[in-house]
Amino acid sequence: MKNFLIVVAFSLLTISLFAVYANYGIPEIVPAPPPKEEKLDLGAMTMESFVALGERIVNGKGTCTLCHNAVGGRAPLLEQVVELTKQRLADEKYEGEAEDLEGYLMESMVEPSAYVVVGFGKKGTNDTVSPMPDVSTGSIGLSEAEMAAVIAYLQESGGAEITVEIPTDADEADEEDEEEQRTALTSPEEIVSEFTCGACHIVAGEEGDVGPDLTLIGGKFDRAYLRRSILDPNADIAKGYEADQMPPDYGSQLYASELELLLDYLASLK
Amino acid sequence: MTRRSRYVTWAGLLLLFGAILWLLPIDLGQLDWQSALAADETTTDAATESDGAAEANGAAESPYAPAPKTTAADYPQIAGVNSRVVVWLVAQLHLWFAAFVLAVPIFVFIIEAIGMATREKRYDDMAYEFIKVSITAYSLTAILGGLLAFSLLVFYPDLFLYLSTIFKETMFYYALIFFAESACLYIYYYGWHWLQGPFKKWLHLSLGLLLNGVGTLLMFLANGWLTFMMSPAGVDPAGVFQGDTMVALHNYLWNPINLHRFVANIAYGGSVVGAYAAFKFLSARRAEERAHYDWMGYNANFIAICALLPLPFAGYYLSAEIYAYSQQMGITLMGGIFAWLFIIQAVLIGTLFLSANYYLWCGMGRSDGAVRYNHYIKYIAIVLVGAFLVWFTPHTLVLSNEELKALGGPYHKYLGPLGIMPAKNTAVNVMILFTALSFLIYRRANRVATANWVRMGNAIQVALFTTGIANIFFLGIYHGYFTNTVYKVAASIPQVLTTLVVIVISTLIDYFMYRGAKDVAPLHWGRVPGRSQYALFLLAVAFTWLMGLMGYIRSGIRQHWHVVDIMRDNSPDAFTPTLGYAANVVSVGTVIFMTMVIFVFWLAQVSGSKAEPSGYWKEQQA
Repeated sequence: MKNFLIVVAFSLLTISLFAVYANYGIPEIVPAPPPKEEKLDLGAMTMESFVALGERIVNGKGTCTLCHNAVGGRAPLLEQVVELTKQRLADEKYEGEAEDLEGYLMESMVEPSAYVVVGFGKKGTNDTVSPMPDVSTGSIGLSEAEMAAVIAYLQESGGAEITVEIPTDADEADEEDEEEQRTALTSPEEIVSEFTCGACHIVAGEEGDVGPDLTLIGGKFDRAYLRRSILDPNADIAKGYEADQMPPDYGSQLYASELELLLDYLASLK
Repeated sequence: MTRRSRYVTWAGLLLLFGAILWLLPIDLGQLDWQSALAADETTTDAATESDGAAEANGAAESPYAPAPKTTAADYPQIAGVNSRVVVWLVAQLHLWFAAFVLAVPIFVFIIEAIGMATREKRYDDMAYEFIKVSITAYSLTAILGGLLAFSLLVFYPDLFLYLSTIFKETMFYYALIFFAESACLYIYYYGWHWLQGPFKKWLHLSLGLLLNGVGTLLMFLANGWLTFMMSPAGVDPAGVFQGDTMVALHNYLWNPINLHRFVANIAYGGSVVGAYAAFKFLSARRAEERAHYDWMGYNANFIAICALLPLPFAGYYLSAEIYAYSQQMGITLMGGIFAWLFIIQAVLIGTLFLSANYYLWCGMGRSDGAVRYNHYIKYIAIVLVGAFLVWFTPHTLVLSNEELKALGGPYHKYLGPLGIMPAKNTAVNVMILFTALSFLIYRRANRVATANWVRMGNAIQVALFTTGIANIFFLGIYHGYFTNTVYKVAASIPQVLTTLVVIVISTLIDYFMYRGAKDVAPLHWGRVPGRSQYALFLLAVAFTWLMGLMGYIRSGIRQHWHVVDIMRDNSPDAFTPTLGYAANVVSVGTVIFMTMVIFVFWLAQVSGSKAEPSGYWKEQQA
């Protein structure tokens, strides 16, 4: 019996050590929640906010930077695409039908194997097949408007003229109709997470640096100011920050109960 | 029975077994081929239209429905029960037991064959004791399998229905094969003492082979279902099944998982049986008992190490195939949230290697000749710990802004370079080579070679190890620090080949060099310190925990998809849990599993006990 108890204690100790190490020995990273379809208010968008949407998609939902980055080197750098498009379209390897930058970028997203940059093809295909998925389908599933926003962003960041037009709401209407009613969130943490406030603000453990730090926001401003800042973000711009950075449609995205919960939470940050 | 007729019987049974394995998939294919034809007829016209229209028509006319688009309301909830954790734990427990009961017959078969070849009954007795341990575990595996099916039906009905639609034939065959496996196992176990003797023993061994074949086939079928969820095949982009089950089953990641699980199961089975032997050793009161269970523990550990050595290579193959299937999935696996999990994995595998080596070193106490080699052990230990530390070094550090500024970036000046994959590959290959060296030393400890080419043989072995290690370092350094990122993992395959060549050739040299060698003195089985047995417990616990953790990552890389890109998980638990949370679930599962395993061990023990209650039973009248 004594041996049995020693063995049990030894096993429990070993399991506990592994669990403690996994909990405290390595950084606790909270994975991003599953991506949600962003409700696009295309009618209210300026080209600047459309470009900003494109940037958000490139870095977020589109998962483009997962491969297109200087560290991993798994895909060509997007910063160079504007400069190199002409050369690629003229390349005899090119199998697509695009005639300009906009067409090439769209084609690259939905038919990536039309042109595979040397050294970035699937192994064993002699750079004829791209490992990149069609971003309009599968787990990425970008809409036409979102792909247009990506093109606008890439054109703008590459110093080229933006040739895409912001699609009208009617174009997206069918897609939006298919969206299902979501359930109202019941905690401020869920709301902050759902609406990715932390991507731009320092709030709830997130450390975004695009917008103002919200850590002590409740001590600086009253509820009315906070409410206005959410519903009409360009009404008051904090010193040192630019206008048009925050989506203007949170008023339509948030349920009333969620807005009040969020305001309670922000007002409590003192 | 003549030798010739024995060979004929043996060959016949092998042929029969092969034919069963061969025919089953063909039969499946034919079943599905007919439905595939039916599906083709309805979709041929549509295929000439535009892609989108074709998909739409295909979905409308196919006898199969597209993958369901669920909402949170489609996932039944039971108050106070977290459905994901329930399914997670039950699936994991089923897997642990399944791995155990699939592995034990494999090495029981090998040990029985060794017993037959050497005509040493102790091997036969040990094989019987191993299978006795697994017999209760078999029932628990089946019960947990049923519980898993019920849990899926209750909590994830749409997913279960979708998978059943695609895999209904294989599920039916699975049930039939399960009966076949049960029959084989029960005859194999209960007929052990009955099927003794020249012909009957061969028949018994053949049953063991059949049992293993059927068990492996079962695992392959179940693997097909889960790999379909990771790399779906045989369905269109909307998830409409195209009618060919073999295509769905033989998806991109099926064989890599099959291989990885097959090897891992053997290592795992060896470690659990080793823990059983260790417990019996510690509880033994008589010297003979201690000697028997020491010998049993040694053999179990030997089996575990033999399977553990190629396991990292099977892991590389699986990871490479995941990358090849989907670069995004590969990056999520190795470069995203799960990257830190591999640091935990390094700790666990380091634990496995260190405990397995420690057990071998303690085991040298059985030999009077080990004193000649004891001084090498500290150097092997230093190398193993050094390699472990490299493997365990993270690449990117999670830092605050101040720390980032102070460090000048996310990579530490010295530790950063050790965090990349080529450095880790180098470290793990070195660990494997030195573990093999530990085994070679253990093997030599009690023997004196009598071959006249010992000096040359030793020199060749030293040269092999030296050049092998130099080559592994060269490949790791060259590919790791002097090539483009894309080619950094290119070192892994030549490194693996180098390691395998060194191990195989040096073992062969050792085998021939020590053929006919003299023993220094008889081995003193049972003359090992009690702490060595805790190394066996550590091996079993670490293995169990590690399997649970890797189960989390295998399932987790699907992220918010039940079936990647085909059927989205819209349940309230669709998010990826943190590593800490996963570690807690795995820990709870490990404790439950260990409790059940202790119950199994206890049953195996009481089944051999016999009480003679005096005065309880009526005296039989003469």
